[in-house]
Amino acid sequence: MPDQVLFALEVTINGLMAGVLYALVALGFVLIFKASGIFNYAQGVMALFAALTLVGIMEGQVPFEHLINATFGTGIHGFGWQVPAILAIVLTVVVMVIFAWVVNWLVLRHLVGQEPIILFMATIGLAYFLEGLGDMMWGSDIRTLDVGLPQGINTLVDQVTFDAFGYGLFIDNLDISATIIAIVLVAALVAFSQYTKEGRALRAVADDHQAALSVGISLNFIWVLTWSIAGFVALVAGIVWGAKSGVQFSLSLIALKALPVLMLGGFTSIPGAIVGGLIIGVGEKLFEFWVGPLVGGATENWFAYVLALVFLVFRPQGLFGERIIERV
Amino acid sequence: MKDTRAAHVTADGRTIGDVILDLRGIILRFGGVEAIKDISFDIREGEIRAIIGPNGAGKSSMLNVISGFYHPQEGEVWFRGEKRPPMKPYQVARSGVARTFQNIALFDGMSVLDNIMTGRLNDMKAGMLAQAIWKGRAEREEIENRERVERIIDFLEIQHIRKTPVGRLPYGLKKRVELARALAAEPDLLLLDEPMAGMNVEEKEDMSRYILDVNDELGTTIALIEHDMGVVMDISDRVVVMDYGRKIGDGTPDEVRTNQEVIDAYLGVAHD
Repeated sequence: MPDQVLFALEVTINGLMAGVLYALVALGFVLIFKASGIFNYAQGVMALFAALTLVGIMEGQVPFEHLINATFGTGIHGFGWQVPAILAIVLTVVVMVIFAWVVNWLVLRHLVGQEPIILFMATIGLAYFLEGLGDMMWGSDIRTLDVGLPQGINTLVDQVTFDAFGYGLFIDNLDISATIIAIVLVAALVAFSQYTKEGRALRAVADDHQAALSVGISLNFIWVLTWSIAGFVALVAGIVWGAKSGVQFSLSLIALKALPVLMLGGFTSIPGAIVGGLIIGVGEKLFEFWVGPLVGGATENWFAYVLALVFLVFRPQGLFGERIIERV
Repeated sequence: MKDTRAAHVTADGRTIGDVILDLRGIILRFGGVEAIKDISFDIREGEIRAIIGPNGAGKSSMLNVISGFYHPQEGEVWFRGEKRPPMKPYQVARSGVARTFQNIALFDGMSVLDNIMTGRLNDMKAGMLAQAIWKGRAEREEIENRERVERIIDFLEIQHIRKTPVGRLPYGLKKRVELARALAAEPDLLLLDEPMAGMNVEEKEDMSRYILDVNDELGTTIALIEHDMGVVMDISDRVVVMDYGRKIGDGTPDEVRTNQEVIDAYLGVAHD
């Protein structure tokens, strides 16, 4: 096979794996949007906050360290222990569930039945609040996150493809683990939503609040559950992205990359989030590969948004979104 | 008029039991508007109780008070011999009161079967994880609930649309699916908000038959709202008549039919 084709293949595979990462972020949006019709602007910051919390717990950092030291004149610097990754992940999940509960109790509960735009504004406020809280609790330094996911070139793939084609494909181990994690996560979400009564209740709430109440479903419970799951998905996205590029403020901006994914896939579809993510991942890599050299490169920054724009014009509900039909 | 009779058997062989729901002096206001003005009536176990009245009489508000969607400013709701504290709609549903809606509130994106299964949510106890992997108790429970739901599907003759997404069904069938979902909860009290609204004569007859069958064969206590007097008089045991938020009549269909105030409310009264 000519090198050009093999190189394109390599780009495509890497694009698919980048797409998986986009899909991971988009999933969190879809879950909350489906269940409560809220576009959760804070999803990206939730991923940042979850990753910060995970690093903080693993490194035995004392929450609000700076604040405590400044207020009481103490000199605390960490608990002085290390927490194993698995335990730290479990503890972070607990933190995200508490966060979900607090958000529902303090904010959403009071906004039941309000216009979507008001709920959207509330999540913008939430995003800034959470950003500040993350800073105060865990500090604003750039952190490295290592939960033991393998990194670097996959030598097996490299070796096998080199032997077969005389050209070793470069595939990052981290991307492979991210793909496996995403597949497991999506399978778990689908099993949850299709086969459990909570999942059925969640779909019911997404469809019609009033009808859901009339069959005995507590909206509060379902919303806490949804935000908990979204918090968990944010944690997974935070772990993978954090391991890839460090835990820092810019992690919260991955939410912006999820937007075009959602416009492609539709805001209400889990398969849509995945397919949308893959299309954008592959699309932007291949576009950079074919067209990039002609226009001076850096197309990855805008390709996704232009593609989303095209979709907004020709198919506003996305590939898998519910068709918008207004009956007259 | 208060029905003070003890439990008795009707002419057609159904048993009417004790009072299951007792509303005492209900007053409901929206701002300055009094939607329900001091209304009291009761519903007995096993009977079909109708609430009728012209548009805007407060019938739906009354039903919303019973099902917990509205909370009256004054008055008491007694359910199964106990005074009911203010409850959220989902709590009322869990206490054994199921309902349908005037404008149909179904889960459009879900199949008919899934819609009806939601009616059984509160009777499922297995843990989340067990259900997700569908083993042991969760599997037995799912199968048992499916059987009950299938019986209801047979009963209401909607087998042929079991797998159809509800959003695609015609109006009359949607109404029947909503009834099925309410029945799936095996309620002690079933509230029907205009079950025959917008139907043609044939569909109305079908729905009347289903309501009678549910009451007769499953023994379900039913309270229904309707403003078509003809249908109601044929199927209900006792009727409450409302007009402008007041109760203007209460009794058997025959008693209500001859009540002068009711006749005035329905046919209009000459003001001279």
